Parts: sequence; C-alpha cells; structure tokens
Amino acid sequence: MAGRSRRRRWHRYAGWLFALPALLFYGVFELHPIISAVNYSFYKWDGIAATKKWVGFANYVAALTQPQQLSSLWHAIVFIFFFTVLPVSFGLVVAASLRTVKAGAYGTVARTLVFLPQILPGAAAGVAWNWMYSKDGFVNTVLHWVGLGSLARGWVGSFTFALPAVGFVGTWLSTGLCSVLLMAGVGNIDPVLYEAARVDGAGAWHQFRRVTLPGLRQQIGVCVTITVIAALSSFDVVFLMTQGGPGYSTMVPGVEVYNLAFNDYQIGSACALAVVLALLVIAVVAPLQRFFRADDSEH
Amino acid sequence: MNTRQARQKAPRYALLGAVALYSVVPLLSMFSAAIMPQSVIPEGLNFTLHPQWHNFVAAWSLANMTTLLKSSVLLVLGVVPVAVLISTLAAYAIAVLEIPLGKLFYFVLLLTLALPFEIVVIPLYFQDQSMGLLDSRWGLVLPLIGLNMPFAVFWMRSHFVNMPRELFEAGSVDGASSWQLFRRVHLPLAQPALASLGLLMFLSTWNQFLLPLVLMSNPNEWTLAGALQTFQNKYGTNEVLLAAGAVELMAPTIIVYLVLQRHFIKALIQGAVKG
Repeated sequence: MAGRSRRRRWHRYAGWLFALPALLFYGVFELHPIISAVNYSFYKWDGIAATKKWVGFANYVAALTQPQQLSSLWHAIVFIFFFTVLPVSFGLVVAASLRTVKAGAYGTVARTLVFLPQILPGAAAGVAWNWMYSKDGFVNTVLHWVGLGSLARGWVGSFTFALPAVGFVGTWLSTGLCSVLLMAGVGNIDPVLYEAARVDGAGAWHQFRRVTLPGLRQQIGVCVTITVIAALSSFDVVFLMTQGGPGYSTMVPGVEVYNLAFNDYQIGSACALAVVLALLVIAVVAPLQRFFRADDSEH
Repeated sequence: MNTRQARQKAPRYALLGAVALYSVVPLLSMFSAAIMPQSVIPEGLNFTLHPQWHNFVAAWSLANMTTLLKSSVLLVLGVVPVAVLISTLAAYAIAVLEIPLGKLFYFVLLLTLALPFEIVVIPLYFQDQSMGLLDSRWGLVLPLIGLNMPFAVFWMRSHFVNMPRELFEAGSVDGASSWQLFRRVHLPLAQPALASLGLLMFLSTWNQFLLPLVLMSNPNEWTLAGALQTFQNKYGTNEVLLAAGAVELMAPTIIVYLVLQRHFIKALIQGAVKG
C-alpha cells in the first residue's frame, strides 16, 4: 500500500515533465523580462554603459509628474472612450435592433464584413485611416458632399483633432468584435423574457433596459475588458499614424516607452513608465472582472 | 414574405448594411487609390475607369513583398506549432494530471495574461543581446513562444477541465501511462480546441508589430505588418504606390480570413468569452 502511494506521488511529480517546456519558455521570455523591467526602473541607465546608477523611485516620480509622460497616461484613459465606450454602445444598438433578423446569406455577408477590421493588424488600419484623414481623403470628401467643406482639414496634423481622429480608428477596429459578440449574446436570451415584458406593457426602451442589458451582462463584460486593455496598451495605430505627434498631442504610453528607450536611451525611465502602464491595466481590468462576473454563480 | 413584414425588416437590414459599409469604407478607399494612374493625386473614394493593375507589380518589388512574406511565414511556422504543443502539454499536466503546485503555476500565468507587451519589450532587447540572439530570427521566435504561454495554457486548460472525469480514469485502469493517455485519448478529443488556438495564434503572430520593430534591425525580417511602417516612410509622398503596397501587405490576412471566416469568427468569439 505504502509503495503504491509513493509511486503515485512520484507519478504526480513526473507530470511536471509535461509542463516543463512551457514553464521554461514562459520563465525565460516573460517572467524574467518582467522582473528585469521592474529592476531597470530603479536605475538611471543609457543601455550601453557597463554600470547603472541607482536612483530609487525618481523614474516613477518622473512618469507621474513630467508633462509628456503624464499626458501619455491621460491619453490612454481618453482612448477608453474611443476603444470601449463607443464600440460597445454601437454594438448594443446593432445587437438590440437586429435581434429578430434571421441569419440568411445577407446576414452572413454583413457579419463577415463587420468583423473584418478585427483581423487586420493595427498598423494596416493606421495606413488606411491616414489616407482617410488626408487632405484629399474620404473624410474631407464627405464633408464637401454635405456642404461642410469649410471644416475640411488634415485631421491627424491638427493639435486639436489628432487625438480624437486617432482614437476613432480604435472605434473602427473594435466595433466589429463588439457587434458580433453582442449579437451572439442576444441570440441566447430566452424570447419568453421579451414576451413577458411586452405583456407587462414594456416598450422597446424598457425591453432593452430590463431584458437585453441584463441578459448581455457577461458579453458586455468581455467586450469592455478586451477593448480597455487594447486602449491602454495601444501602440501600432498611433506609432504608424502620428508617432505621438503633432507635438505630444497623441502620445500614448506605448509609444512613449519606445521613444524613451530607443530614441532617448533612458532605459530606466522607459521601464518605469511601462511598469506604471502595467499597473494601470491591472487597476482598471481587475475591478471590471469582478463587476461583470459578480453574478456568475447564478448560472 | 408579405409586404408588411418586409417593411418592418427593411430598416434593420439597412442598419446592418450601414455597419458593414462603415467597416469596409477605409479599405475600399485605399483600394480605389491603389489602382489610380500614378500621375494623379487620388481622392477619397473615386474609382478610376482605367484601373492601373501594374501598380501592384511595382509596389510588390518596392515593398520587398516576396522577402516579407517569407519572413512572416517563417515566423508563424517557428512560433505556432511549438507554442500550441508545449502549452497543450502544460495544460494537460495542470488540469488532468493535477501536478503539485500546478495551480500556482496557472495562477501566475493568469496574472500576466492581461499585461501589455510594452513591459517586456525593453528587457527582451537586452536579453536577446546578451544571448547573442539580437537580429536573428530565433531572437524573435523564442520570445513569442514564451509570451504566448499565458493565453495558450489558459485556453487549453479550459478545454481539459470541461472533459468528463471518467475519461481520465478509464485509461489509468487499463494501465496506460500519462503519455499514452495523452496521445490516444486526450489529443484526438482536443482537436477543435487546438485548431481554434492555432488560428488565434497565427493571427496574433502574423500581425505582430512591436516585437520585430525592436528586436530586428533588418526591416526585411519584419512581419508584413511591421513593414508597413518603413514602406509608409519611404513612399509616403507617392500616395498611389503607398496605397498599392498597403493593400498588398493586408491582402494575405484578408484572403485567409475570407476563406476561413466562419472558423475565425468562432475562434475569436470563443477566445473573447474565455478571456
């Protein structure tokens, strides 16, 4: 008996042979770099010199007080409006109004197209939208069509409009995923609930408030979580469209981290900002998870 | 369908159509510019009657498309099969074999699931440098395998924990080893989950932008996505050529997506819901 249980324990440890390759890759190429980033963040280092100078929390103070770095963090939060709030709202409108549309050929084609931006690299979206926003681009063409030609401008070159213009590319990228996810979710809501609400005399708005919204709680949570992470850690779109400019008007933490490290050779500052960004992501995502999963036990 | 029904449904179909149009207008606009004569300054969404298909030929060689395609394919082939295999093995060990401290390992993986690449990219640069991997394909492939682990293990574990317990016991009564059980019972059953994971990883690797940019100094070894940047900087003034190149750089992803669209949407939705 004793021999058998010892063999079984050995057996359970032997199972680690299966997990070892993953642990190795993960440890060397993810955990170790994360620990290094935290370590670098306490030093002043140009990335070349053999010695690093310990500066304590000075790089963190800079990340939270220096106007350029601070504004990049603020822009990341502004992006939540464009990457999350707008797409989820659009998605809800689409899902709620298309609840009763049967999936035919038209529906399939439309769904495929709606989803298309989701699979494109952010960089590709950046190029396409740079073109949309250019002087002769589609946005200005439309403004001329509707008689608002006086508003036409080079959108991403404007200090005032660059941030919303770039942010809206995020809206474009996320709307498809949110729409398709929420449409799938609406399809799973029991039609009896709508029937009951109608019998109670609920209008379209009340049906939306009392049936659709609660029924989509989990899907909304998923959309919000994914798009918030994308908003806070955005890099591709901004780097390709504006590199953070004009001035610092579209600077986001991702691009600032890149610039600090590879243009300014301030490895410590760059890592401190990256750590602040990672903490910001956790600080925003963790409560969201808790909020949207709160009633999971009921299911 | 009678007319009343049709009238009721029309606005909804129009809405769906409008959303679909909104999703493709930037791409159509790009395409319309790409086939303009190069002497013309293209405008918004204005299709020419004399499409200049040879623009694509010119952009193909200027953008080094052949080399870039090769680089992207090599990267995907280097990352995806290995990452899928080792994450599946790890998930099997955690969920089915219930290895000691497996829960702790899984918890640490989950903690890093949402972390942005920005935090690892700088240390990875210096790490690659000290390992002599900087500017080599391995210096990009190996980190990407590691960085895929949190999501991949998470994905495969949630597949394994949803398998009926009897499956595990049936095999061990027969005296099959863990490895045989894995090969003969679990691996065949995991095929749909593996396929979706492979598709998601293909997409994220193919679209990878930041890592090649930092870890490789030779733009020809970047992904197609990464190369858009160089191409834009070099040919930004020739809008027609830039558009043609950009269309070509996006085309492979779009084609693969259109062919496999049902699987893509399913995988991405599952991926989202699990995440």
